[in-house]
Amino acid sequence: MTDTALNVPMAVSEELESPTRRALRRLFQRKGAVVGLIVIATFILLALFAPLIVPYDPIATSWSLVRKPPSALHWFGTDDLGRDILGRVIYGARASLVAGAISVGIALSIGVPLGLLSGYRGGFIDALISRITDAMLAVPFLILAIALAAFLGPSLGNAMIAIGVSATPIFIRLTRGQAMSVKVEDYVEAARAMGNPRWRIALFHILPNIMPALLVQATLSIAAAIIAEAALSFLGLGQQPPQPSWGSMLNAAQRFLTNAPWMALWPGLAIFLVVLSFNLVGDGLRDALDPRER
Amino acid sequence: MLNFLARRIVQLIPTLFFVSILIFSLQHLLPGDPALIMAGEERDPAVIEQIRQQYRLDRPVPVQYVYWVKGVLSGDFGESLRIKVPVRELIAQKLPVTMQLAAMAIVIAFLIGIPAGIVSAVKKGTAWDYGANLFALWGISTPNFWLGIMLIFLFSIELGWLPASGYVPLSENWRASLASTIMPAFVLGNAIAAILMRHTRSAMLQVLESDYVRTARAKGLSERSVILKHAMRNALTPVITLGALELGTLLSGAVLTEQIFSIPGFGKLIVDAVFNRDYAVVQGVVLVTATIYITLNLIADIAYILVNPRLRA
Repeated sequence: MTDTALNVPMAVSEELESPTRRALRRLFQRKGAVVGLIVIATFILLALFAPLIVPYDPIATSWSLVRKPPSALHWFGTDDLGRDILGRVIYGARASLVAGAISVGIALSIGVPLGLLSGYRGGFIDALISRITDAMLAVPFLILAIALAAFLGPSLGNAMIAIGVSATPIFIRLTRGQAMSVKVEDYVEAARAMGNPRWRIALFHILPNIMPALLVQATLSIAAAIIAEAALSFLGLGQQPPQPSWGSMLNAAQRFLTNAPWMALWPGLAIFLVVLSFNLVGDGLRDALDPRER
Repeated sequence: MLNFLARRIVQLIPTLFFVSILIFSLQHLLPGDPALIMAGEERDPAVIEQIRQQYRLDRPVPVQYVYWVKGVLSGDFGESLRIKVPVRELIAQKLPVTMQLAAMAIVIAFLIGIPAGIVSAVKKGTAWDYGANLFALWGISTPNFWLGIMLIFLFSIELGWLPASGYVPLSENWRASLASTIMPAFVLGNAIAAILMRHTRSAMLQVLESDYVRTARAKGLSERSVILKHAMRNALTPVITLGALELGTLLSGAVLTEQIFSIPGFGKLIVDAVFNRDYAVVQGVVLVTATIYITLNLIADIAYILVNPRLRA
């Protein structure tokens, strides 16, 4: 009895809180997600203000500084061409973060409309889109990305297209499934009864209600896309030298493991930290947006 | 059950058809004349014309597709442009190497992932649970090519315990074979162990709250018996079928892992083919990968139904 009485004001305040506010409050209660957000924000700031922070040109070579271990002047040491590794790691964040965001942007902009069409319309279109999605999902993500990047030609832009296209079927399948479960809800039925056209129902009634699931998947997909970009650059299919990218730095480092192991440590650690942070935020968002935890 | 199987197999036909279209159209993504690209450095018009006729590039695209599919269905994936060996032979040579790696990786993943998941669920909220969750996050977030490089640095360069690269077939010398594949297999298994740990944890947590576990406890059975005999057996069946689906992760991982450890497997074959612009090999490898993946999916679905009596009706 006492418990119920005490819980009433809490329940009322929860009811009054907007869904976005509630999700944000819950997200910030998760330590892992907060740490992830801080790390991501730090890397974004470093990438944005790289020219102001980095004292050395990340491309300029210096024969007198070849493979110097970490020191007060070069905190992360120098690489096989005498370039400052810290500077290259900071500039490399640009390629990774941009590739993560743009690839997932491509996957969302193709996957969500197709998934909505498939899930909401049903019938032949649904069957066709679903079989194409199955076919794409049958080819492992990275193998499809490598094959596409190879056929498009090596460059960061093409790598982003290849990763984006390879990640698209996940978003088609997710959007389709979500749209199918939402379209039978009363508020969608009501919108239909009011005579709203199909596109309006899909865009203004279904899409906003499936956003939480899409947001979680997008965050986790950015982590996968960053690893994929590093993998493609490692293989020489992404960012082209001398422009810095974490993957191509690791490729160069592999040849000098015996006498310059620091060349491999820092870019790998940077990929690990950023990917870990996106995974932490993705996990946090999933918990924060889970309606069962209200 | 038979109905389900028939429906599932019928569904595979359009999927495989679209896979073939997807793979075939990769070649046509290339800007310019495919014959010129296939010829590489060769600029002799007679050679280019010969390539055009050999690969039927002078015929309309749908006709080319029909010829390609006919070849594939009879086991003819074409010939490697660079080394003039049938793609089928190349795949038959390289696939067993990757299969050995994959089998070792799966064993490592199960040995780490399942105990970690069980401990994490049984000791929920303790330091064990946090440790296992940290391990899972580490496994999912570590790029396998970086982990491979770091392991080479530690175990080959610093400690000198294991060879940094190369491959010895199992039939030649099993000890040397294990030594040459244990690091790449661990790299591949690490990420899957993390995924299995998460699946096992959530399956165990669900089972531990079920009525039959409560009944087993109420009967006065020891906690060990409840977990090992009642909870684990029921929690692990879906996890094992899910493990089979991680083959895609394994094959993707093999591409980079084999590159780093210079292992002449399926993954290295695709990377070499990509760099040599050997399109017939790329198409063949992607098609075989997709077919293996689709078949394993089907087996996992059937296994799931076989182990779950409620779905059998």
